[in-house]
Amino acid sequence: MEVNSYRPVDHCFDEMMRTRTAPRAAYQKVREWLAAADPASLDLRRREAEILFMRIGVTFAVYGEGGDPERIIPFDIIPRVINGREWDLIARGLEQRVRALNQFLVDVYSKCEILHAGVIDTDLVLRNPAFLPEMNGFTPAGGVFTHVAGIDMVRVGEDEFYVLEDNARTPSGVSYMLEDREIMMRLFPDLMAAHKVAPVEHYPTELLTTLKSVAPSSGGADPTVVVLTPGMYNSAYYEHTYLADRMGVELVEGQDLFVDENRVYMRTTRGPQQVDVIYRRIDDDFLDPLTFNPNSTLGVAGLIGAVRAGHVTLANAPGAGVCDDKSVYIHVPEMIEFYLGEKPILKNVPTYRCGREADRAYVLDHLDELVVKEVRGSGGYGMLVGPHATKAEQAAFAERIKADPDEYIAQPTLALSTSPTFVDQGIAPRHIDLRPFVLMGAKGVSIVPGGLTRVALREGSLVVNSSQGGGTKDTWVLLEEPC
Amino acid sequence: MLSRAAANLYWLARYMERADNVARILEVAERASIMPNSAGEPQSEWHSVVIASGNEQGYFERYDEISREKVVHYLTVDTSNPGSIRSCIEKARANARAVRTVLTSDIWEALNQTWLDLIGDKREDVARGELQAFLAWVKERAQMFSGGAHATMLRDEGYWFLRLGTMIERADNTARILDVKYHILLPTDEGIGGGMDYYQWTVLLRSVSASRSYYYRYRDTLRPWQIAEFLILSEEMPRSLIACVAEVHSLLDEIAKLDGRRHECHRLAGQIYSHLRYARIGDIFETGLHEFLVEFIDRNHRVSDEIADAYLQ
Amino acid sequence: MDISIHHTTRYSYATPATHTVQHLRLTARDNAGQRIARWRVIGNGRDDLPVHTDAFGNIVRTLTMSDPHHELVVEVVGEVRTEDHAGILKGVDETMPAAMFSRTTALTAADNAIRDLATPIAPAVTKDAVDAAHQLMNRVRDAVAYVTGETDSDTTAAAALAAGAGVCQDHAHVMITAARLLGFPARYVSGYLAGEEVGEIYEASHAWAELFIDGLGWVGFDAANRVCPNERYVRIGCGLDYRGAAPIIGIRRGAGAESLTVEVAAMPMGEQNQSQDRRDLSERPNSS
Repeated sequence: MEVNSYRPVDHCFDEMMRTRTAPRAAYQKVREWLAAADPASLDLRRREAEILFMRIGVTFAVYGEGGDPERIIPFDIIPRVINGREWDLIARGLEQRVRALNQFLVDVYSKCEILHAGVIDTDLVLRNPAFLPEMNGFTPAGGVFTHVAGIDMVRVGEDEFYVLEDNARTPSGVSYMLEDREIMMRLFPDLMAAHKVAPVEHYPTELLTTLKSVAPSSGGADPTVVVLTPGMYNSAYYEHTYLADRMGVELVEGQDLFVDENRVYMRTTRGPQQVDVIYRRIDDDFLDPLTFNPNSTLGVAGLIGAVRAGHVTLANAPGAGVCDDKSVYIHVPEMIEFYLGEKPILKNVPTYRCGREADRAYVLDHLDELVVKEVRGSGGYGMLVGPHATKAEQAAFAERIKADPDEYIAQPTLALSTSPTFVDQGIAPRHIDLRPFVLMGAKGVSIVPGGLTRVALREGSLVVNSSQGGGTKDTWVLLEEPC
Repeated sequence: MLSRAAANLYWLARYMERADNVARILEVAERASIMPNSAGEPQSEWHSVVIASGNEQGYFERYDEISREKVVHYLTVDTSNPGSIRSCIEKARANARAVRTVLTSDIWEALNQTWLDLIGDKREDVARGELQAFLAWVKERAQMFSGGAHATMLRDEGYWFLRLGTMIERADNTARILDVKYHILLPTDEGIGGGMDYYQWTVLLRSVSASRSYYYRYRDTLRPWQIAEFLILSEEMPRSLIACVAEVHSLLDEIAKLDGRRHECHRLAGQIYSHLRYARIGDIFETGLHEFLVEFIDRNHRVSDEIADAYLQ
Repeated sequence: MDISIHHTTRYSYATPATHTVQHLRLTARDNAGQRIARWRVIGNGRDDLPVHTDAFGNIVRTLTMSDPHHELVVEVVGEVRTEDHAGILKGVDETMPAAMFSRTTALTAADNAIRDLATPIAPAVTKDAVDAAHQLMNRVRDAVAYVTGETDSDTTAAAALAAGAGVCQDHAHVMITAARLLGFPARYVSGYLAGEEVGEIYEASHAWAELFIDGLGWVGFDAANRVCPNERYVRIGCGLDYRGAAPIIGIRRGAGAESLTVEVAAMPMGEQNQSQDRRDLSERPNSS
């Protein structure tokens, strides 16, 4: 299919086409380029991109499916374009949202004002598995819990952006945002030059600034920052190496660190060196066998003691997960009003809690229209997309909900926007989402324009997760619209 | 630098060097086996290859007899042999992957591509009987790795630990190759300078790429004690024991300058170096070439342990 | 009552350990029922170990050994003046809402047997919560005999009840688990229990449960002894279960077989027993 015969999907907002035949201003030049390009040469470029990704080693690991576990995430060469006005709205909404999430965390681990005020149910928070009682009474340096947040958003209309999910623990994907840009600049320099695309390359610098801003005062003027990885078998290992490399800091594993006198040191060829800030990419449960999972070998014994004593900062702070729990998500708009006294800029998807009887009855009656998710599931696993499921699948899921209602939430199936995507049949509309990365340090919030656009490569599919056959696109925020 | 990162660099270099050396001894054995006047039993050549690779015990746990086909398989692509070329490259790449941030992209991409080729196009080379092509490829990739390191790496700790790994491993390999063949260098009454020995000496020199340089250096016919001297005591011969030890010694000096601390590895390396520096080949023969080599391998091993103790853990 | 505490924990390793990190939750603090006259925690000869306060308000000292060691000794020496407050805990700066203590943990997950233990009391809870808690305490003790050596620190409440045998830790776990089912926030408390008479030594550390009762606040219940803590009890720390309040928790690297000896002496002091020169007592921690 050529771009001239590209047609949006009915009832779906298309990023490129304003009407069935007329493109939006932001996509004007991309469309011209697609019209002029020979499909064979585009295909060649696409394969070139794949070879580059494989050679650089931009891979993620899928275990348990046999074969080489290292895979590349399919990369789509057609960029996703966001104009300046749209980005402005998104960025304001993101900043507002992350500020509220962070204040919520500071609050629930100290004064619990939002619970005392009755805005959010006490048990929902304090008995939530994602709430870490071990972190109670602790406020991290600079009052920051969520140093890096990845907010999953979808678009359904001109100015209609919904937040699907907040990721406040150890969100990944930013290396793809950066590598996608790198590849686009290598493959299509002319196309890039024809646009004023907001740069993203400074993300690692921004991240380092953010991390240094929350160092304990003992870190002095130039605190030592490290990236803590579970190791090379982690699916996001490439990203850990990438970020450490670009920030110019050490990439450490638990075995490289040890605690002495409530301070954290790394073992170096020149003896122990004190560490001030740890950008950790391992889950809370594995951080410290003395406080959390006693069988963890990935963490550092005594780490939480050092954190609580204020001698080292962990980013993100342990316990941040309670703000991105799917059952707490429902209350983010209330958090924004409670803490900031503002109206939410980005919308929340209406969500049904199957644990509530009335909600559950509705969900069971409308399984064919809803998306049902496990409260603690992620990566696109354990979910039911009602409209795409067979009757039998729906019936099976209904049984699971009835057996353990608290574990499920449901949302209406949103008509995710589509973007032109290069597939086997040519250029066709495919559903996309967006994960911008929001940084929060002691001095405030910063957001690199854009984020990671994920695309569901299968026709009609709404699941964009890489583990479920999703791909990525470079995301362009235009500083000026092409004329 | 993180101790673990230094350890990864050190082992990365050791494994690449080991892969290169296995390729070299196989190449020589292959050449020997196709020569018309090769030694009495064709198996002995392949047997000595297995001994030189340091995996004799592992071989006989898997096979009860020596044959070219089995030895070649065992040392090239056998995943159950931790010393096969494939295992070495796999471990080199795993070490590299764990320290990607301290490698230049040139080195990482060269290693990664080597691995991808090895499990891709190159996998069937040996089975197809294209051993020479496969070994040439291994040597070429090893050269690309060391060339890449030499040309692109910052001259700091990272590079020094990488070189340390290369030198410790190279010294070990040269000593093992010599030890497997030491009997042909011993003075005997019969056949000195005869066709058979002459041929064996050539093989020995070739296995460490020293055939041409020997003639250049000595401008003489092959003489066993000169060969031994060349491979043990000649500092200008880059794969000789003394050349490797000299570099280990000076690398450790560089590393000590960083924080002013000296360790047991410094003392040991210095001791081995001065021992070789003032040794005479006649004395070595007198006390026994084999005994000398066994002791050298052992002391080289201790240097490695002490390096690990001081820096890598 | 004036109580003296002397508690020594000694680890010996067949081959030396290369690295040890331990959290020591062994420091008592004041509350309405106990006043600390003196308290020292000594880890391998040091009494200035780094300290932090954990999420449950416990004082945590961290003992780190980075050089090879064959032995590790932790000592507690203290003197406390106590009063009987009928188990009611007052004068503690609570760090978190009581509702948090309704969470379950791996060690305090309920099973059907624990449900059966709790259910008959449910009607009493609304009528008289204190009475219900006492009933529960007795039911727990009836169901779990006091037997040493049957359970260890990893034994769950459900397993202890199934075995019908256990020590104070197990009684506390079963009590907590059942209490939470009945709607009481409940927590695990570690501490010491002194002998009854002056000079009578109790030779073990102790543990019991605290239940949050509206109108009273936190109230202790020692199911093992079927009483609410009185002047013989010294309270150290609390948590959702044993793990959160563990007096000593740690990891070590590189050691062979470990042998552990623990000596506890918790004893009421008469006037004559009280040391005149307190500094003297604390400087000779080995004397007893």
